[in-house]
Amino acid sequence: MKNIVILGNGISGITAAREIRKMSQYKITVISSETEHFFSRTALMYIYMGHMEYEHTKPYEDHFWKKNRIDLMNAKVDKVDIAKKELVLSDGKAVGYDVLILAVGSKSNKFGWPGQDMDGVSGMYSYPDLQDIEKYTKDIKRGVIVGGGLIGIELAEMLHSRDIDVTFLVRETSFWNNILPAEESALITRHIRENHIDLRLETELKEIVPDSNGRVKSVVTSKGDEIECGFVGLTAGVSPNIDFLEDSGIETARGILINEYCETNVPDVYAIGDCAQHKTPPGERRPVEQVWYTGRMMGETLAYTICKDKLKYQPGIWFNSAKFLEIEYQTYGWVWANLKEDERDFYWEDETGRKCLKLVFDKKEKFLKGCNVFGIRLRHGVMEKWIKEKKHVKAVVEELTEANFDPEFYKSYETEIKGKFNKQIAF
Amino acid sequence: MIEVVQSFFLLCLLWFNIYKMKTIYNIGIGITLTAFTIFIASLFLNDYKLTNKLIDDAGLGDVKTEALKEASKGFEGKTISSKLEFVDELKQALSVANASIVNKYKISDRDIDALVKLSSASGKIKYSTAFAEKVFPENDGAGQYKAKGINDFTGWIADRKYQSAEDLKNDLKNSLTGFNNNIQYTKAFDDYAIGNLLFVLTKKAGTGLVSNNTGLFFALTFILAFIGAMIFILPKFWDGLPGIKHNRIFKTSLNSQGIIGILMGSFLILFYIVLYFFPVYIVEWVSISEVASVGLFGREASQWFLYGFLYTFAVLVMGLRFLSKYRHNKYQRIRTFSVMFFQLIIAFMMPQILFALNLPEVDLKNIWPLDYSFFFEWRINSYLNSGALGMMMLVWSIALIVIAVPVLTYFVGKRWYCSWVCGCGGLAETAGDPFRQLSSKKIIAWKIERYLIYAVLVFVVVMTSWVLYTFFTGKSVLLGIDSYQMRKIYGFLISSIFSGVVGTGFYPLMGNRIWCRFGCPLAAYMGIIQRFKSRFRITTNGGQCISCGNCSTYCEMGIDVRWYAQRGQDFARASCVGCGVCAAVCPRGVLKLENKSEKGRLNGPGLLGNDGVVKVRGIRLGKESA
Ligand SMILES: Cc1cc2nc3c(=O)[nH]c(=O)nc-3n(C[C@H](O)[C@H](O)[C@H](O)COP(=O)(O)OP(=O)(O)OC[C@H]3O[C@@H](n4cnc5c(N)ncnc54)[C@H](O)[C@@H]3O)c2cc1C
Ligand code: SF4
Ligand code: SF4
Repeated sequence: MKNIVILGNGISGITAAREIRKMSQYKITVISSETEHFFSRTALMYIYMGHMEYEHTKPYEDHFWKKNRIDLMNAKVDKVDIAKKELVLSDGKAVGYDVLILAVGSKSNKFGWPGQDMDGVSGMYSYPDLQDIEKYTKDIKRGVIVGGGLIGIELAEMLHSRDIDVTFLVRETSFWNNILPAEESALITRHIRENHIDLRLETELKEIVPDSNGRVKSVVTSKGDEIECGFVGLTAGVSPNIDFLEDSGIETARGILINEYCETNVPDVYAIGDCAQHKTPPGERRPVEQVWYTGRMMGETLAYTICKDKLKYQPGIWFNSAKFLEIEYQTYGWVWANLKEDERDFYWEDETGRKCLKLVFDKKEKFLKGCNVFGIRLRHGVMEKWIKEKKHVKAVVEELTEANFDPEFYKSYETEIKGKFNKQIAF
Repeated sequence: MIEVVQSFFLLCLLWFNIYKMKTIYNIGIGITLTAFTIFIASLFLNDYKLTNKLIDDAGLGDVKTEALKEASKGFEGKTISSKLEFVDELKQALSVANASIVNKYKISDRDIDALVKLSSASGKIKYSTAFAEKVFPENDGAGQYKAKGINDFTGWIADRKYQSAEDLKNDLKNSLTGFNNNIQYTKAFDDYAIGNLLFVLTKKAGTGLVSNNTGLFFALTFILAFIGAMIFILPKFWDGLPGIKHNRIFKTSLNSQGIIGILMGSFLILFYIVLYFFPVYIVEWVSISEVASVGLFGREASQWFLYGFLYTFAVLVMGLRFLSKYRHNKYQRIRTFSVMFFQLIIAFMMPQILFALNLPEVDLKNIWPLDYSFFFEWRINSYLNSGALGMMMLVWSIALIVIAVPVLTYFVGKRWYCSWVCGCGGLAETAGDPFRQLSSKKIIAWKIERYLIYAVLVFVVVMTSWVLYTFFTGKSVLLGIDSYQMRKIYGFLISSIFSGVVGTGFYPLMGNRIWCRFGCPLAAYMGIIQRFKSRFRITTNGGQCISCGNCSTYCEMGIDVRWYAQRGQDFARASCVGCGVCAAVCPRGVLKLENKSEKGRLNGPGLLGNDGVVKVRGIRLGKESA
């Protein structure tokens, strides 16, 4: 019976474990050091805000693992010995494997800022990070958040929920406009400000200044301002957590390099999730995809490869979602920050300025390529189908009701959208 | 007056100028707590004075009136400031009065001896009921009553000859035990009457601070609490941007089974126990609520009016709070308006109107088997005796059971009742909302739920069958089980203890839908329809779930919504009351309550987005044990 060891109990490792169990009787061991059980990293903010407790973020009850014969091991791995096919734990013990799945996730980026490891400074990736943040933000007046991505905005919301003033340093000229087109970025920028968050664009962190106890006192920005604060959150992106693989013989670049079967250069060693870097990313996807869904998909795919036949990682139409304070966001297909040569777009915003829809379509053939939506929910199944079958954008607008996923009785915007579309886009 | 209004507005302005929402909230809470303190204190601030006039007014009939007057001589007209002492005195007096009445109507051994003596007068021993006149010559009620007793109970040995006096004596004694035991019920106070009298007399005997100032106390409790609540709630309609308001819930003692939550739960449990079983100890509250009862309907209040009034008050005030919390969500708004409407108009006002029209005083939206006494003889008869309108009401209620419930549940799921109409549901969704996150999501809780709720359903069906048997045959025992005994047990165990004491008292300890989830037989009945034959379902959105757990945490029915969402499985659990909160709190737009064609309603799991896997395996994934 094959002995499968999975390193990392995040969504990718756990998905692989569950799917392998569904398809086989192999021995499965999951080793992880952060928490004893799988929890949902995406819910970290809700623990801090008091919406949930840690217990609620565990998607499976503790007895689930035993029942499904998935052995859990709470330990830190220091080294992978590919020759002996074993993992060396921090206490010196070794754990052997027949198949090793690396699902070791990410770590917060730190760019060598002066003072970045000081008391009162933290990234926001792990459960221990959260406990630090909890400790650091007790009784403080202001926190500074560095880096305007999805985690940064979550951290801003967290502090905001406790009435801690927030200064948000963002490198871009408008919030997240390296990913979002200008209109959507403007909408979110407005929304951040209407929540009384002190958003400072085109501003970077220069240094973090300690007080006499070596604790954060203030930060100095690239514009030369000094901002007093009790906490600094570093959320300038994450990168694969691969330091411990140095010299292991497993090939890495930004992440662990894998082919389309999630295979590394070493036989029987695979990598999935945040830590993996695709040598040939499918379609227009990025080589390192640090989202929940792709981790899950790689886990599903790899399980099939291990238990049945080799299966290529073939994610379908790109989708993602997030929430910016009170505004929900979904995206389907590709909507780039800047339109490509052969693309054209349609944008609609409601009168409150908190809901909008962006459709991107092919300039010539007029088929739908992607869609951003804020403050309205759309059906994944319908959007995926439309994008896949290259539906004409006019038909998309005509049939938009079919894709609406808002709760019952919600105001519908389809007529308004149709009106604007017909006025603006003349085919 | 003008100054008062002016200064009020100035104060408001000041508040909003400072815009310290927290201060405003604290003031609101402070005022509400003050009202609550006064409410509690009112139980201890009264005096009691029993007067002969009160006894006269109780309409007890001469015998009881006299006996009670006699028995309460010791404290009649005296002012007693301790309720416990007063209630004790009164209890004592009632039992003394009881004993004296029994004594008066009892056929004693001496009477029997006299009868035997008369029977032996001629040398031979021959009994005749005619001797009664000689033994009980008094022309008062007691003599006649006893004489009649002799006739009724000893008629069967009349004119019989006996060998020994002893034999006759024994026969007489045995025949008259029944008669003597009966006095308690026919002439004196039975347990039910004692409970009633204790309550009514104590309430009317109140003379002190509270009883003399019920208007003032009404203002200082209900109205003040209302003002405090409004100060707390109304600003929420403008505070911050609309959206999910769950900050700090698990850091607040009241909402997370902390010490305040436990205190609150204990208070509620105590309240229900006293209300159901010892209402005499809260007569002040009834008197205070009487201000509303008299003002609105011109009727005296009972503890049930107090309860209905508090209940409606809670649904309306906390309903407003819910509306402020979900001001961005139209589904939540409409359904909250709905439960507020049904509680205020149909449950609270309508029965009073029916009463005024001489029709059965019922809540027309209550449905058997939740309304477990619906088929009791006295209920059915009250419809049958109320003419055409009464008949229509009867037909209406039966139509709800056999037509509305299955049809509506088929089209929209049980939510049409549980979270839109029902009173229990109404309270849970409004006053209970701060506790919805406390329901257990464990599989073991689900197992217990299934046993318990269907057991109650079976119980109510069996009980009702017995009730109907009694109704049609006039007999009460079938297969050795007594129909009256069974209703008593159901009423006590299920209706009082389960739905009241546990169902609501445990809100802060186990969540707001304990009764609806573990006990309600109507919910069980509709749940079966919802699960197997309905257009309702909760659709999950392709692959968008991030397993965060908000949906499961805030599902008041303890459904592990995430379990389905994270595997892309649409579902319709029997217990789901369709509150829509899971869909509301989901930060990724994953859930939608829908009524759609039954075809393919509950497809197996299947996440979207992973084309490779979908291709090789189809959309359904393998099995896994929860
Ligand atoms: C705050 C936050 C919010 C997010 N929100 C979203 C969102 O809304 N939507 C979305 O799509 N994505 C979101 N993400 C990203 C998403 O959570 C990640 O992409 C995903 O969790 C990665 O899963 P993983 O299994 O690859 O790795 P991880 O979840 O990081 O799991 C790796 C585990 O391996 C353990 N480990 C690593 N090395 C070792 C070792 N040597 N020994 C022992 N254990 C080890 C780690 O401690 C960790 O527990 C969010 C991320 C964060 C931090
Ligand atoms: S599943 Fe959703 S709609 Fe149903 S009871 Fe739970 S929270 Fe309410
Ligand atoms: S359905 Fe929504 S609320 Fe529930 S776990 Fe998934 S993302 Fe979270």
